[in-house]
Amino acid sequence: MMVEPFLIGENMTGGYGTGADILQNCTIAVNPGEIAVIVGPNGAGKSTAMKAVFGMLNIHKGAVRLGGEDITSMSPQDRVAKGMAFVPQTSNIFTSLSVEENLEMGAFLRRDDIQVTMDQIFDLFPILRDKRKQAAGELSGGQRQQVAVGRALMTQPKVLMLDEPTAGVSPIVMDELFDRIIEVARTGISILMVEQNARQALAIADKGYVLVQGSNRFTDTGAALLSNPDVRKSFLGG
Amino acid sequence: MTDILTAIVVLANYVFIPAIAYGSQLALGALGVTLIYGILRFSNFAHGDTMAFGAMVTILVTWLFQSWGISLGPLPTALLAIPFGIAATAILLLVTDRLVYRFYRQQKAAPVILVIVSMGVMFVMNGLVRFIIGPNDQRFADGERFIISAKDFKIMTGLKEGLAFKTTQGITIVTAVIVVIVLFWFLNRTRTGKSMRAFSDNEDLALLSGINPDRVVMVTWIIVAALAATAGALYGLDKSFKPFIYLQLLLPIFAAAVVGGLGNPVGAIAGGFVIAFSEVLITYPLKKVLKYLLPEHLEPTTLVQLLSTDYKFAVSFSILIIVLLFRPTGLFKGKSV
Repeated sequence: MMVEPFLIGENMTGGYGTGADILQNCTIAVNPGEIAVIVGPNGAGKSTAMKAVFGMLNIHKGAVRLGGEDITSMSPQDRVAKGMAFVPQTSNIFTSLSVEENLEMGAFLRRDDIQVTMDQIFDLFPILRDKRKQAAGELSGGQRQQVAVGRALMTQPKVLMLDEPTAGVSPIVMDELFDRIIEVARTGISILMVEQNARQALAIADKGYVLVQGSNRFTDTGAALLSNPDVRKSFLGG
Repeated sequence: MTDILTAIVVLANYVFIPAIAYGSQLALGALGVTLIYGILRFSNFAHGDTMAFGAMVTILVTWLFQSWGISLGPLPTALLAIPFGIAATAILLLVTDRLVYRFYRQQKAAPVILVIVSMGVMFVMNGLVRFIIGPNDQRFADGERFIISAKDFKIMTGLKEGLAFKTTQGITIVTAVIVVIVLFWFLNRTRTGKSMRAFSDNEDLALLSGINPDRVVMVTWIIVAALAATAGALYGLDKSFKPFIYLQLLLPIFAAAVVGGLGNPVGAIAGGFVIAFSEVLITYPLKKVLKYLLPEHLEPTTLVQLLSTDYKFAVSFSILIIVLLFRPTGLFKGKSV
């Protein structure tokens, strides 16, 4: 019998509110310490699939399980308490709060000493330590993304979900951010992310999901998808 | 030289001191309005009557204390009664939220609906206050009337004009400073305060961080109750208490909050003083000041009063409109209206 992945959204079918189904039998999974990447053309339902895993829309078929526990009917807030952290694509920081306060708010549910985690995040993103008293809204795009990821990591999650973390940042900043994400994964945290920059994202992915019209088209390791001629032709521009 | 000094004393007596006291009252009121706007996301038209309610309870408790013979000596007994006013106002606001606002929050009603709802609440609260204490003027100030009276000042300095500093003005200013310091300490240094700012900044992300929205709403109402009851009692102490006055106060208070930048506490304080100083300065007859500054033949024959005091609300209105036209987010960066 195959061992079930740590987090799995299995055969998810559903959409926003009472609208049409955007996801059709879509399956997304990730294991501890792995990076899983969801790619696909615009409107393929990439972000929707991730939001479904996080409980931000109703799925009327399929299930989401975390560590074997069925969490399909749990609210996003309860999932945070269960060890899932989500970084939205936009409005993912408290702009009027300082960098340090952003991190404190990330750890709002924790009652233990958060200083150790905060130091770890400052080690991961050293620039944030220098700017910790500055309002997060005054930072550059790449630094804001670091704050956003840092805020999510403050809960000490088991799964970190990122919705297009490199949207709107320069290629250099993107490489830098991917390096940090690999570092986070090495600490045993599962990473699930949606990416527009498919080639670069698949290069660091243990597992890749190519979605088209809300369904799985290709599922394989990142390296295998990159060398798959069909995937290259249709989704990676040759 | 003495003339210049005398002119300054006149200006301080009739403009600066009253405007600082009035500005403090407006700032406290505007802080409540701005907190509700920032965190609960609507303009609360019931705020003036919330202040009236807080002041009313303070007055009733003051009378009770006076009948028991409790007093603070030179200070007004009302100071002892304000905490009771705050507690009663907090209960009123929490009950109102439970019965009225919560329903619309769960519906995710548009802010404009909540504004209309708050108008309904305003009429109910206004009726409640008039029903309990009546529509008439109530005086409840006791203790020493002046810190410095005009007569003492004249004897002290030998100047022709006096400078009066009322106890209630002194108390208003001191209380406002203390309240503002405590409020900013709370918002910037405590976990709950920071979570309120986070909730105001980005509600969705606050929920994702595990901040409990019900708790944020509850704490907000309690703080608003403290601000409103204090502002209402201080205003009543300094001027006099009349339920309808608080309805009229709503305009300068909103003007202050908007001018400073809605949702921005620093802006609310600055806005309060901008409005107070403009109102007092524009409606004060400057003849008395100019008399000491200008040579005799230039002495004005008129009062040099730019606007009659009957029109003082027009001043807040004008400032409000000018700010909305040219700087919709207010002097300090607030939310666009």
